[in-house]
Amino acid sequence: MLNYALRRLMMLPIVLFALSLMIFALQMSLSPTQRLAAYAPSPDYLKGGQESIRRMIEQYGLNDPFYIQYGRWIGGILSGNLGWSETARQPVSTALMSLFPATLELVVLAFVPCLLLAVFLGSRAGIHLNRWPDHVIRIFTILGWSFPVYVFGLLMLLIFYSALDWFPPGRLSQWAQTVVSSSDFVRYTGANTIDALLDGNLAIFGDALRHLAAPVITLTYVNVASMTRVMRTSMLETLRQDYVRTARAKGLPRRVVELRHARRNALLPVATIAGMELAVMMGGVVITETIFDYTGLGQFAAKTAANLDFPAVLGFGLYFAVVLVLMNLLVDLIYPLLDPRVKTQ
Amino acid sequence: MKSLRYLARNPVSLFGIVILLAFVLIAVFAPILAPTQSFQLSPYDTPRAGFLATPQPPSPEAIFGTTQGQYDIFYGVVWGTRTAFKIGLGVVAISVLIGTVVGAVAAYYGGLAEEILMRIVDVFMAVPFLIAAMVLTALLGKGIVPITIALTTFGWMSYARIVRSEILRIREMDYIHAARSYGASDLRLIVLHILPNAMFPVLVLATMATGSMVLSASALSFLGVGTEEGYADWGQFIAYSRNWIVGQPGNPFQFWYTLAFPGAAVFLFVLSWNLVGDALRDMLDPRHSH
Repeated sequence: MLNYALRRLMMLPIVLFALSLMIFALQMSLSPTQRLAAYAPSPDYLKGGQESIRRMIEQYGLNDPFYIQYGRWIGGILSGNLGWSETARQPVSTALMSLFPATLELVVLAFVPCLLLAVFLGSRAGIHLNRWPDHVIRIFTILGWSFPVYVFGLLMLLIFYSALDWFPPGRLSQWAQTVVSSSDFVRYTGANTIDALLDGNLAIFGDALRHLAAPVITLTYVNVASMTRVMRTSMLETLRQDYVRTARAKGLPRRVVELRHARRNALLPVATIAGMELAVMMGGVVITETIFDYTGLGQFAAKTAANLDFPAVLGFGLYFAVVLVLMNLLVDLIYPLLDPRVKTQ
Repeated sequence: MKSLRYLARNPVSLFGIVILLAFVLIAVFAPILAPTQSFQLSPYDTPRAGFLATPQPPSPEAIFGTTQGQYDIFYGVVWGTRTAFKIGLGVVAISVLIGTVVGAVAAYYGGLAEEILMRIVDVFMAVPFLIAAMVLTALLGKGIVPITIALTTFGWMSYARIVRSEILRIREMDYIHAARSYGASDLRLIVLHILPNAMFPVLVLATMATGSMVLSASALSFLGVGTEEGYADWGQFIAYSRNWIVGQPGNPFQFWYTLAFPGAAVFLFVLSWNLVGDALRDMLDPRHSH
């Protein structure tokens, strides 16, 4: 098992290396003058005319061969310097670290109800195959699956912000932001809800929840579909197994057979897809965060991508690759605990 | 015959096919539904009725209303259907082609070639799709060609995986052994006997992906790196509605039409592809036959 985990972890440097090469190649498709902008401390720097631009390209070696520039660049990254983000006006690592808790908070709050709902709906649909609960659940999930996140999100804003004024966009209200940034409020984790509870400030906690509600509902609804689908298929398969028939033949009550015996085993494939989904959500809440003006990693990544802020894009890419590989590894490690048959293979 | 019976029992799937056909008709008859005007350089440049900043509600002149900057929403939705088909089918067709070649080569040659190709697939899988597509589109410039290239570059991998595993599975089947014993060459086996049977799961995936690629393309436009200003593209029009979600006090739904029409278009388009894909999957999945 340890061997296996190590082998999987060995993949990580390869993936990261290839990723850095890919992003660097994209960056190199810009002309040296365009890339120079990333090095200039202020726009005035570039106003010195052709001569000074040429001198600076020379100085930073932007005309050197690909591998020399790549080596220089990757050397900086390996020594822990991810570079400067023009968009955040901060070092990339500082920006990523300060935004991570916000995204984690949002994703965890959306993922848990999503998983529970998927297990509940999927097993219902499987048990009542081709009868009305199955049809209703199928329509509900297919609608959620087809709803563009941005349309659903804007709809949420239209109803719950414009019309009802329950769930405003952003992460905190103005007054709460003032409290949180004051020195009386200790930031333990950077996640507003947890910090508010640890500080014993229920008003802030409530305000944070009010801002989280709409993005959480949006993420839950658009992500529940695929997991429900897997749960349903897996439930169908489990219900056909011999041991389920035996349990029924023994005269066990229907509910016990379905929920205790069948559902537990049907959960296995859901664990795999849930891990993937969680990883994708950790890196993919781009649109949801943008719509609700929720300052997290996704919104930041979208801004940097549109601005071609390459150091930040690379930083985000590396973060995402690490999350993905670790999450897949975690699922693989948990799997034998859930299903003892896997270990013997 | 079996599939017709399936459709009769699943009105939802039938509904999906009907919407899809409706979109095909809208795309084909776009010039009649929303005639172009003589001053337009391209039919995809949405005509504007003035330059007023505030969206205008539906009226006899603009039956779906206008966006900020007075782009005609009806025109954008109708011609946007063509944009959606172009991007969706274009991205999926090229991705299937690349994925099939990569997957087939990996499965056929095995060994080092397979190892390298599948590791490349892994690397591309570890890239955050939307962000990577945004960067590439931002580099290549605006328009549907850059969008198609960007979405294809980061979207071909799942086909390669499926094709490879299907080939590996089918290669061991009896009829393949039989064909080999007749003396069929490897290439003949792959192209004539294995690939056609491996294509069913690809077909299901491709159908579903057509909808989701249109979603991603609209998302790119929504995030500001997609099509040019005023291009008949649903994502662009939804992006326009973003500034007009909040109406004037006392009238929260004042600008509903800016979101409702283009939003419904994307939603129904994706829905129809998903329903059709879902039906295909059920038809091909023996677990559902009871």
